Parts: sequence; structure tokens; C-alpha cells
Amino acid sequence: MNLKRRDPVNLIITGVGGQGNILISRLIGQTLVDEGYSITIGETYGASQRGGSVASHVRISKKTAYSPLTPEGRADVILGLEPLESLRILTLFGNESSFVITNTRSIHTMAVVTGEAEYPRLETIKEGISRLSQKAWYIDASKMALDMGMPLLANIIMTGALVGAGLLPIDKDRFKDRFRMNFKKEQLALNVKAFEMGIAEITQSTN
Amino acid sequence: MAKGEEKTLGIDANWPGKVVLLMGIEAIARGALEAGVGVATAYPGTPSSELVDRLSKVAKKFNMYVEWSVNEKVALEIAGAASLSGIRAISAMKQNGLSVALDFLSGLAYTGIKKGLVLMVGDDAGALSSSNEQDSRHIARMLDLPLLEPATYQEAKDMAKWAFELSERFSTVCILRSTTRILHGRGNVTLGELPETTYHPRFDTSQICAPPMGRASKSHAALHKKLEEIRRFHEASPFNAYVGPENPELLLITSGTGWLYTAEALKTLAAEKRAGILKLGTTWPLPHNLVSKYLIQADKILFVEEVDAFLEAAVRDLAADLVPGRVWRFFGKSTGHISPFGELNPNIVIGAIANLLDMTYRPRKSAYQKECDRIASLYVPSRDLQFCAGCPHRAMYWSLKDALRLDGRDGVVTGDIGCYSMGQSPAGYSQMKTAHGMGSGVGVASGLGKLKQFGFSQPVLTVCGDSTFFHASLPALVNSAHNESDFILILLDNSGTAMTGFQPHPGIDRNAIGDSAPKVDAVELCKALGIPVTIVDPYEVKQTRDEFLRILKKDKGPKVVICKRECVLIRATGKGALFKVKVNPEKCLGEQCGCNRYCTRVFGCPGIRWDRDTKKAEIDEAVCSGCGVCAHVCPQSAIDREALS
Repeated sequence: MNLKRRDPVNLIITGVGGQGNILISRLIGQTLVDEGYSITIGETYGASQRGGSVASHVRISKKTAYSPLTPEGRADVILGLEPLESLRILTLFGNESSFVITNTRSIHTMAVVTGEAEYPRLETIKEGISRLSQKAWYIDASKMALDMGMPLLANIIMTGALVGAGLLPIDKDRFKDRFRMNFKKEQLALNVKAFEMGIAEITQSTN
Repeated sequence: MAKGEEKTLGIDANWPGKVVLLMGIEAIARGALEAGVGVATAYPGTPSSELVDRLSKVAKKFNMYVEWSVNEKVALEIAGAASLSGIRAISAMKQNGLSVALDFLSGLAYTGIKKGLVLMVGDDAGALSSSNEQDSRHIARMLDLPLLEPATYQEAKDMAKWAFELSERFSTVCILRSTTRILHGRGNVTLGELPETTYHPRFDTSQICAPPMGRASKSHAALHKKLEEIRRFHEASPFNAYVGPENPELLLITSGTGWLYTAEALKTLAAEKRAGILKLGTTWPLPHNLVSKYLIQADKILFVEEVDAFLEAAVRDLAADLVPGRVWRFFGKSTGHISPFGELNPNIVIGAIANLLDMTYRPRKSAYQKECDRIASLYVPSRDLQFCAGCPHRAMYWSLKDALRLDGRDGVVTGDIGCYSMGQSPAGYSQMKTAHGMGSGVGVASGLGKLKQFGFSQPVLTVCGDSTFFHASLPALVNSAHNESDFILILLDNSGTAMTGFQPHPGIDRNAIGDSAPKVDAVELCKALGIPVTIVDPYEVKQTRDEFLRILKKDKGPKVVICKRECVLIRATGKGALFKVKVNPEKCLGEQCGCNRYCTRVFGCPGIRWDRDTKKAEIDEAVCSGCGVCAHVCPQSAIDREALS
């Protein structure tokens, strides 16, 4: 189960503004550029700091530069930092062969907070994701990050899960090298730990 | 190169030939460095802010002068001064900002420049973070200025460097225009050489740099002549290319993002042998010979461009006189094959090409598509924008809503552009009733405040941010002081240009490169205008409401209330939460309370959730920023807050 022979591979990382999408797409993109890939990333974040839906389209190819947005129905992998956003992206860009790795911690929308809309139960979201994908992994990364004392680390745990799933041509250790370049010394250990927790979590649920 | 050195890889990396992943706008910053740029200026605005942001971080290393200017017109004037004194300069702005800078730009078009001057304009196609999606390319045409549009991330860098040379060769400002998906996208960029540059600036006082008085039309005539020379130069530009068969069934003419979408669309449809792409990088003045060469090989032409039908109109003009009697079939925004508004995406382009080549394209099997539509409509509510948990703007609008209700005279709140523009939506209780240009809330309030003689009786208020105050609100405030207009300006001072990433402004005690700088005091400025000022903390909702009510009773002339509380995103990186906030489940009556979910339904902070199982409110600790405002809101006083040190 991997996409190593597919070209391009279309990865969409989605979540809610402020969850750290852009950091993930940048780390993955830079790692792959160093491996000789042609990467195009399009970030849809109209108002990322104000709680809107956010998606980073990462187009990965050995041959040529693709456009910054994925065509409808062409997502190979969806990494979701928020479950409703994973389902949203799947309904727009998914197909029968899509893989989904999603955080299960919900962030309520404005309409849900005010009571005009209902946030679907997690079981309903899971059912929808499973129906529309080839395989899906569900990870409570926010809980794991909260236990580590830093809710924002959920994005790094999810990155670990993505790399650990082995769908993309990314080597775990090379990716950790990338961490050394991007994080300050005092943040490095915590980020590496979160990354490894993500790998362990997905390895467990895959085996 | 050793790993330790690679750590510093950014737009300043001295590593020619290295391939790095850059945002389009970072690539432009790198191109400017490769051109030896000396001065860079901007007022922040999405998607143009990162140019000066990135250059400010390397300014000292390259001995550059980089500033966040008070507004776009001043930014271009600062860059213009450098150019006229012999230093390469760049100024960046978004499409709305170009309108602010237009007065100076039109003068500069007539006088010309000395050393390379590049005006980078970031157009927000789709208006994802703007109040409009105007296409800045029309300005190049209107002012007779050369226009370049990069189609890839690599081109963004190469074209930025080349723009300085073009500018110098023809002594004219060069407009480098791009849109969000290039500027805020990322792609592979191969770095070039960084030059050693030393400037010896001098303003040549033997020359006058002004359109001749009473004879400015002579400058206009000279400009037209210059434009024809640039047109000839554009004919051989390496940024224009044709890819495709001879005599294609369909000729696609593209610029900017249109190139990547079109190339991908032909690949997706396996139609590379049927259609060809003419990719234009030098889009004004249009290289007539080059376009004609490909035009005469095809009968059907489709234009793929963002946002308006700019190339489409220019090529139709060209075709009108090209071959007597020959009729082309042109498709694009004018025919609706490509949407005449909003941004492009691959689906739009694939659809248009498939239609014109009589192909059918179904992105997904119909059963799967049906299931997607069913699930989306049942279970995926839209995610509207909202103020962050703990945003001082929400607290201010809460107090303002209460004050206006208690005042009871149907007060009008005008506004402008910033995070607080969400005051027009339920996020800000729909309090803000107007938004047009930067600072326009004060101008419109100043106008409403003078209508009493016609019987206008509503109280008038306006909101503006601390950066917007300096940008364009000040002239309107001066106007209102002199003309004694009756209104209240609520100045939302959250200590930075929050919407675009906390760039400093004249009211902040540091400058673009992080050095300390004199702070222009808004309070003293208002006092000097003779306007009374009071300062409130918007987190203290009752005091803020009472202060609004008190000032609403005063009549004559403008009044200023400063709501001072730093943006919660600044606080998140520093001191953190002010309070530990909890819902007391004993006191919260939940659905038994007559409040009908007041805290979530009406106050609407995302830090409070309604637990559908316990049927009571709860604080979402992953979201709550600890402002403590909701403790004032609950009618049962069921929300407890404990001050944190």
C-alpha cells in the first residue's frame, strides 16, 4: 500500500485556521525538493487566523510542476487536523482510492456554537469518511498533544502519522533532519517526540 | 555545503544553483536581492505583505533600507525617491493599495525614473482576503506602463530581477503583477548569484523631475513613444513562449496562474496534440508580432487569465485589423466559458477546454459523486469566519451592541478594512454597517455627522484599527475637527497590523527591521486636533458600554474612544491566558435556564461549547484563550474565572 509509483501524488492537508497547516506543508515540501521532486503547494487560507477552513494542496511529481490547486476528485492522501474538515475535503477532492488520516478532535463552527447548525457526531463523520475512502486512520492527536502540555503539537503528531503511514516517498530519519533545520534547539526535542508518537500511533493501528 | 550552513537557507542563501522551495512572493524578494535592490517599502496587504516582511529580515546583511510605510502612496514615494537618486528600489502593495498609490504613480509615469523601480502588485483574485478583486493590469494600460506577469515560482524570481533591468532601460516604473496562487503558493526555485552592490546616491539638481507646467501632454506623447519601444522589446522576451502543435485546433492564450492550470488541463485531457498554449509574461504593451504569429495559425482561441478579460480585450483589438475578412472565434470571460469573476482553478479550465474540444470529462464516477453530495449536504456545515477566542473586537462589539440598544436612537456604526470588518457579520453582532476603503469609516461618519441640518437624528459612530488610523483615517479626522462633525471614533488599538501578521506601524515603538523607533502617539495627535479622548479596556465590557453611553449623550464635534487591548494572537505568544475560565455545572442551568444558551447562541465565542449530552455550557480548553469576558456575559454568573499571574 503505497503511492510511490503514482505521479503526481496529490496530498491535501486540511484543518482550521491556526492549527498549523502551513508548517506541515512546508516541511514536507522542502524535504521532497531535496529528494529531487518538483513540488507545488497552494494554500487556501482566506482568513487563516480567523477560524476558517484551511487547506494546503501539495502536488508531488518527479516529472513536472503541477498547478497549485488539485483538480476535483484527484486527492490521493488527505491529512486532516480536524475531522469535519477532512470530510469536507473528501467530498470535494476525494475518490474511491483516497487515503485519509485524520485527527478526531472537533473544532466547532460558528453556526454550531450559536446553535444554528449541529456538529455531526464523530461516528457519523467516521462513517462518511470510511464510505468515501480506500482506507482511513483516526487519531486523537489533540488529546495526545494536550497530555504533552502543548495543544499546538497536534499538527506534528499528525505529520508523524502521515510519514509513518508510508504512503509518501519520505524517509522518517531524513524528515527528522529537516526538523533540526526548522526548529530552535529548545523546541526540537518536544517536536521530535511528538513526531515519533505520531509514527508509533499509526504503526500500531496499521498492524 | 555543511549542514550547519544549510540551516540558514532562506531568500538570502548565497548558494547559486541550489533548488529551494519558495513562496512566489519570496521568490520575488530573492529576485530583487539578485538585482541588488537597495530600498524596499510597503504597507501590508494580502497577498503582498511577505515581500517587505522577508526583506526586512535580511536588510542589515545587505545594507538595505526597508520600511513599513504609513500607506501605499507614501511607500511608493519612498521607493521613488531612492530610484530618482540612483538606487534600485521596490515597493509592494495589494490591488486596493494600488488605488491609494495611484496619484503618485501617475505622476511618476510622466516624469520617468532613474535607477530601476519595480512596483509589485499582488491581486487577490477571488477576494479571499479583500473587499474587492479588481484587476490591477488595467492600471498599466491606463498609465502607459510596462507590465510583467510571472507564470511559475521560478519565473517570479527571474522576472523580478529582469524587471529592474527593463525599468532602467526605458527609465520607467515597471509593474510586476501577480495573483494569490503564485504569490502565496510555493514551488521549486533555482537560486542565482547575489551581487556585491554599493550605491553612491545623488539627486541631480540640474534636472527638473516634474511634468512641464501647462504642457504635461508633451510628457504623455513621449510616454506613448516609449511604450512602442517597449512593445518591440517585449517581442523577444524570454518570458513569452508557445508550447504545442503547429496549427492547433484550439489556441490557449494565458498569463500568470493560467499557464499552470492550462498545462495541467491539457495533460489531464490528453489533448496536448490538439491544443497549444501561448504563455505571455510581458502582457502590456502586448507584443503584437508574437501574438499575431500564433493567432493566424488557429481559428478557435480560449483566454485563461485572472481576473478580468484583459488579454482577451487586447487580442480582440489586435485581431480586428490583422487580416481583412478573417474571423476568429474567441472564447473566455466574455463568452462565459471562463467565469468572469472569482479566481481560476483546474476544474474551470479543464471544463472550458473539454467543452471547446467536444470532449467529455467526468472527474468522479457518478455514484461516488452522488454520495459526496449527499454527505456534504447532510453533515458538513460551512465554517464561517469568526473572531478568535478572546478577541478584543468581539468584546468591543458586545459593549457597543448593548450601548446602542440602551441609547435607543438607532445609532449607525461605519467602518473599514481590518479584522474588525467582521463586525458586519454575526461574529460582531452585525453592528458595522459600512465598509469601503481604508479609513473610509471615519470619512463616511464625518459626512453623516453633518446631516443634522436636513433632519438626520441618528447618533453616528465609526470603528477603525490602530494601523488604519494612521494609514488613511487621519485626513478624515482632521476634516471632521475643522468642520465640527458630530460622531464618535472608536479606535481599536490592538498593538499591530493584526490582520496581515502584526507589522509595526507609526504607533508602535519599533520599525520594520526590529530596531526601536519613535512612537507616534494617537492620543496626543487627537488632543492636538482639539478632540476629546478617553481610553477603555474592551475586556471590561460593562465599563466600555457605560463609556459609550456617556459619550453618546455628548453632542458637538468628533469624540475619540480608544479601546486598548492587544490582539489575542500577540498575547498567545507571550503572557498567555489572563484567567482560568470554567463553567460551574452547579450554577449553569443549561436548557432549564431561561437564557436559551445565551453564552453560545448570542455571545458566540468559539471557546464555549454546548455539550449536547449534559445540555450545559462548557469551556473548550483547547480553544479558550482566557480573556475572562464571558464571565460578565452569563446571566446566572455560572462562568467562573480565576486570575492567573
